[in-house]
Amino acid sequence: MKKVDINQKMDINDILSDLENYRPKRRGWTWRKPVENLKIGPHQYSDCSEPLKNSIGIPAAVQYFDNLDPQPVQTITTEIASGRFEDDIRRMRMAAWHGSDHIMVIRTAGQSHYDGLIEGSPQGIGGIPVTRKQVRAQRKALDFIEEEVGRPINYHSYVSGVAGPDIAVMFAEEGVNGAHQDPQYNVLYRNINMIRSFVDAAESKKVMAWADIAQIDGAHNANATARDAWKVMPELIVQHGINAIFSHKVGMKKENICLSTVPPSAAPVPATKYDLPYAVALRGFFDEYRMRAQQNTKYITSSSREATVTHVLNMMISKLTSADIQSTITPDEGRNVPWHMYNIEACDTAKQTLVGLDGLLDMVELKRDGFLPQQVRELQERAVLYLEELLEVGGYFQAVEMGFFVDSGMYPERNGDGIGRKMDSGIGAGTVFERDEDYMAPVTAHFGYNNVAQYDSAAVDNPSRLIDGCTFEKPEKIIFIDELDENDNVNNRLEEKEKYRNTNLIKPEVEWLADGTVQVELFLPTTKRTAEFAAIQFAKKMNLKDPEVIHLEVLHPSEGTRVQVKGKVEFDLDITTLDIPEEPEVLSDEELWEEMEKIPMKVVAATVGQDEHSVGLREVIDIKHGGIEKWGIEVEYLGTSCPIEKLVDAAIEVNADGILASTIISHDDIHYKNMKRIHEYCVEKGIRDKMIIACGGTQVTPEIAVQQGVDAGFGRGTKGVHVATFFVNKRKEMNNEN
Amino acid sequence: MKGYIKREDDFNQRRQHLANLTDEELKQRFWQLAEKAVDPLLELARTHTTPAVERSILLRMGFSSLEAKPLVQTAIDRGLIGKGVGHLVYRISKELNIPLRQAGLEMIDGKHWDTIEGIFKGGKK
Repeated sequence: MKKVDINQKMDINDILSDLENYRPKRRGWTWRKPVENLKIGPHQYSDCSEPLKNSIGIPAAVQYFDNLDPQPVQTITTEIASGRFEDDIRRMRMAAWHGSDHIMVIRTAGQSHYDGLIEGSPQGIGGIPVTRKQVRAQRKALDFIEEEVGRPINYHSYVSGVAGPDIAVMFAEEGVNGAHQDPQYNVLYRNINMIRSFVDAAESKKVMAWADIAQIDGAHNANATARDAWKVMPELIVQHGINAIFSHKVGMKKENICLSTVPPSAAPVPATKYDLPYAVALRGFFDEYRMRAQQNTKYITSSSREATVTHVLNMMISKLTSADIQSTITPDEGRNVPWHMYNIEACDTAKQTLVGLDGLLDMVELKRDGFLPQQVRELQERAVLYLEELLEVGGYFQAVEMGFFVDSGMYPERNGDGIGRKMDSGIGAGTVFERDEDYMAPVTAHFGYNNVAQYDSAAVDNPSRLIDGCTFEKPEKIIFIDELDENDNVNNRLEEKEKYRNTNLIKPEVEWLADGTVQVELFLPTTKRTAEFAAIQFAKKMNLKDPEVIHLEVLHPSEGTRVQVKGKVEFDLDITTLDIPEEPEVLSDEELWEEMEKIPMKVVAATVGQDEHSVGLREVIDIKHGGIEKWGIEVEYLGTSCPIEKLVDAAIEVNADGILASTIISHDDIHYKNMKRIHEYCVEKGIRDKMIIACGGTQVTPEIAVQQGVDAGFGRGTKGVHVATFFVNKRKEMNNEN
Repeated sequence: MKGYIKREDDFNQRRQHLANLTDEELKQRFWQLAEKAVDPLLELARTHTTPAVERSILLRMGFSSLEAKPLVQTAIDRGLIGKGVGHLVYRISKELNIPLRQAGLEMIDGKHWDTIEGIFKGGKK
């Protein structure tokens, strides 16, 4: 594949070509590299990591700080779940530019019950079918994307369900860097037989350990499932403990074992009183393990604003305790639509918050007495009591049979409503077989009893020696299956969307390329129920197809309701038909400062004629709004409704370099007449060749302004930098002429 | 309801034996108990296998997912999974002195299974 060009879209066909021979660049998880006291410009950061080569900072960074984009030490996750891996690849690139280095690919609904690997590139629902082809294509794309941004990107998916070991092997072969693996998840939420789950898990984990894949557990699901999420805290600690120690004893190193931990509660409950003690209690017991801080999703709604606030509050807990990986849930997860721009927003939210809280623990510390440590100790004791009883009743399997898990009581309180499973039931029941004495597996990273010695005692520590190396040592032995389904595959999908891939045609998109989906936001001065149905009608009259209300918020029972509607537009746009004016050239802050430092500049400004509208002019002048004062231009502001003569006379009196006049009122072309008058009066006074005249206003067309004899006209959307750039360039031009 | 135990919160009585432990001792106790809970699970995994475990071995031996499935199924049907399905393929390749992949592919075609049964005497050893 040719080198990626920032100004070119990724070519999916290029990624797919010669895929059967592609080998990943590396194996294993990569953490960010912290930089002690990182200095960028005048700022010093305490908790940041190596900066990126290419990235897009948060909006304030772009607007005010020349794209200053410090990267927090935490790995930042984004979840990608469109169901079409070719669309996901574009999304990964955008997420990487916004600071995500952990791309978590959600699996299609139902894959956990598929007994074996899925092959090819079928379309998924709520995620992709994780197949070798899709994984290889995405890893290949990420290998290029990470070079573009200048930081390794961890690719992640799931090693769960009844094909855990198959998937673990495929992930190890294909250079997948992180994976969810937790047999308890299979048992409790996927009703997979518990014995099968644990036997499979040992093999999966052994393979993951060999491939240095970071593991994330599944305990956070108990939080999302429990009736009162904060009451499940003792159990969460136990679930983390079981998976963590099981994994470690299989052979995984502790620093690759990440706890998926969620602040269990959310406002309007006094969330920090639950979440902070829980976070401290957990980290107290698990100080040798890593934390993957997930956002609370139990109490998420369709309000993306609310979800963002929860995300930020959750990150406050991360900063006050610790987090190695900071998750970002799509703030619109409550709507169940994967709107990619909100994924990006969530990456920005994480970056903004973590950088905004940089150095927090250098300045504040958690209290060592009172409410916090009391709660911490109580939670830890409750967790210990839980394990004591689990062992008393006969162990983990018995406890699951007795409905210990996901009970809505705060342990040892029990409400009798837990999720119970039977040892002899569930998917895959009866598929666990005892190994015979001569059982043997001639491969690397196989867990458990393996009688290799019967063939070669020298191969005991390296069983794959028997077969001259397995795929882990000899990747050329991997069998790559391209496609199995002639209809449901990426080639057909690409063909269908060929019209929109790297052509002049564009269409709005949310889920898939050119799906035409847009969101419209309305305020309707009526009740919630009426607004809901009225909004659909408005959307239909806007020609949106299949409109659907995705969010409703009552502002007052009768005065009004906020509604968000999604729908589809059925037309596309040829971008070559657009008449796009050239972008005005602007000088940088440094260039403007330097010019003013060299030769100071003075300007008189006013709104002229009978015009009281000064807001626009103030914006262009005020340092507070990025106006021309920012670079040191001295402004004599004469106020509103200033007569032309007074303005020009003042300019002569203070020996100004220029005149800045604003005029909003435009009936009878009075604004242009005023411009002409300024020009003529300057000529009358004999100073026209020394005076720069710039006029602006919302109804001003620059070309027509210049026809009136002034030097420049500025219309709607003008910023101080445009005016300052003009003044500097014009002055240079006049000096050259002289 | 599901018939599982219901119980009021008796934390204050139940915790008596933990009250005097230091935080560090409490933490140690947590990990001792957690280890005790997973030890039998690990032993189970050490001594047992599943279709998924066997398929994952065949993948590592250079078979595709489509090839691994029928090999494992036939081994189960013939009561031979306890030997390790990769083992069966390995053994045939050795016995007949043919490449590993050829052995496996021929087994998928239904060949050699009687030989295997003969070698392993049809089941547990």
